[in-house]
Amino acid sequence: MSRRSEGTNEFGRHLLSVADLDRQQATLVLDTAAQIEAALAGREVKKLPTLRGRTVVNLFFEDSTRTRISFELAAKRLSADVINFSAKGSSVSKGESLKDTALTLEAMGADAVVVRHSMSGAPHRLAQWVRGSVINAGDGTHEHPTQALLDAYTMRSRLGRLEGLRVTIVGDVLHSRVARSNVLLLSTLGADVTLVAPPTLLPVGVETWPVEVGFDLDASLPKADVVMMLRVQRERMAASYFPSPREYSRRYGLDATRMAMLADDAIVMHPGPMNRGMEIAAEVADSVRSTIVEQVRNGLSVRMAVLYLLLGGSEVSS
Amino acid sequence: MGHVHNAANDTASETAAEAAAAADPALPRSPNRLILDAGDLGRVIDRIAHQILEKSDGARDTVLVGIPTRGAPLARRLAARMRAFEGVDVPVGVLDTTLYRDDLRMRGVRALEETTEPPGGVAGKLVVLVDDVLYSGRTVRAALDALRDLGRPRAVQLAVLVDRGHRELPIRADYVGKNIPTALTEQVKVLLDEVDGRDAVVLQGGTQ
Repeated sequence: MSRRSEGTNEFGRHLLSVADLDRQQATLVLDTAAQIEAALAGREVKKLPTLRGRTVVNLFFEDSTRTRISFELAAKRLSADVINFSAKGSSVSKGESLKDTALTLEAMGADAVVVRHSMSGAPHRLAQWVRGSVINAGDGTHEHPTQALLDAYTMRSRLGRLEGLRVTIVGDVLHSRVARSNVLLLSTLGADVTLVAPPTLLPVGVETWPVEVGFDLDASLPKADVVMMLRVQRERMAASYFPSPREYSRRYGLDATRMAMLADDAIVMHPGPMNRGMEIAAEVADSVRSTIVEQVRNGLSVRMAVLYLLLGGSEVSS
Repeated sequence: MGHVHNAANDTASETAAEAAAAADPALPRSPNRLILDAGDLGRVIDRIAHQILEKSDGARDTVLVGIPTRGAPLARRLAARMRAFEGVDVPVGVLDTTLYRDDLRMRGVRALEETTEPPGGVAGKLVVLVDDVLYSGRTVRAALDALRDLGRPRAVQLAVLVDRGHRELPIRADYVGKNIPTALTEQVKVLLDEVDGRDAVVLQGGTQ
């Protein structure tokens, strides 16, 4: 049991990149999420008054159902007021710039802006223009910090630890902000990450990442504690990165035969949405090893923890 | 002072430790004044356990809910003593009040502590909230709000090891281990073996 610390903690004002979190801060998020989950378990009223009177704006320039809903529910469970601002049907489609949108939100007194944008770095720019907290909910192919945090939370709650855990991330690393954030966070937390992907779907400079790189999925499966399958992001692929979906699936897809090669307690993760039959077979996605539904559930607790840590102690904007 | 309640409950006021502190020249009204030693603390807990048993008809439909950090081990100790005295098993829960506090914005975010509902829940029960020190009353107010979200108890009571006065809300305790009149500049430190490695109540600081 740790002693209660007084005063503001060292958690920053924004969550733009998991690279900004040291091990202690990342662990604080996971511990806070676990306490929130325990506090709300089996309760009549699943709502906390912590962020009453605060305003959280969901600013989504890219389509996303699950992340937006997850943030919305997390903010509402903490009693914040939530405004959903999606690019479609807003002034953005009339040509308003990110900066003008930011200034509008600023004038309305948003305490936090949860932003998703197709441009890498958009949340960093936004953070320079608004006084409230900015939370990166996915920027281009760059980062998706809360996804990495909920993945780490899921691994820790299923397997009991992160230190020394062997995590194999498989598939479209090139276009995956989930992979990038996971690699950064998992190495901060002491896990060993292996990337397995077709050479065409690995980013330039991957040799400088704190990971091992492999091309043979079958060879890496028996020693993995966690296999994380990435979605093949066809919408981001202008060129042809592999000969055919069937070819991809045969070499890098996780089917029942491959799942049988895993250690007894190994788990299978997927950030969703899945292409069933492409990177993951339906029977794998629905198996007991799969944490896909848990990841969604844990996302709620983790996002509540992030909102609490960023906003809980801050002054209300006037 | 003028803010101290329940002076009548303070039956253990003339304790050995206090007498020793007053008599011992090595322990004058110094920055660290021992109020209760381990033996006193055990006797105070025994007395509160007896009082709860008496007021709750042998702890019928009663649950103890500790407020972290030190209210949680205190609640467990009270339950253990009640079991020893009357053979009753009183369910124990832990309720972190951090997310219900109204001073988060002034004092900043803190790490959360555990929350576990008592086995059998709180609905329809007599809930005895347990904390180490009663001061402004804001923690208790937060605990009452948190409790409301867990369910609807039949009644809620409050047991504290130390009441140091200076209430900012209309809240009082039903069971008080010791009333300690304090100055605002002083700090009451409750030390418990489970958290701090030893049992004691110490008064710190204050101007001479």
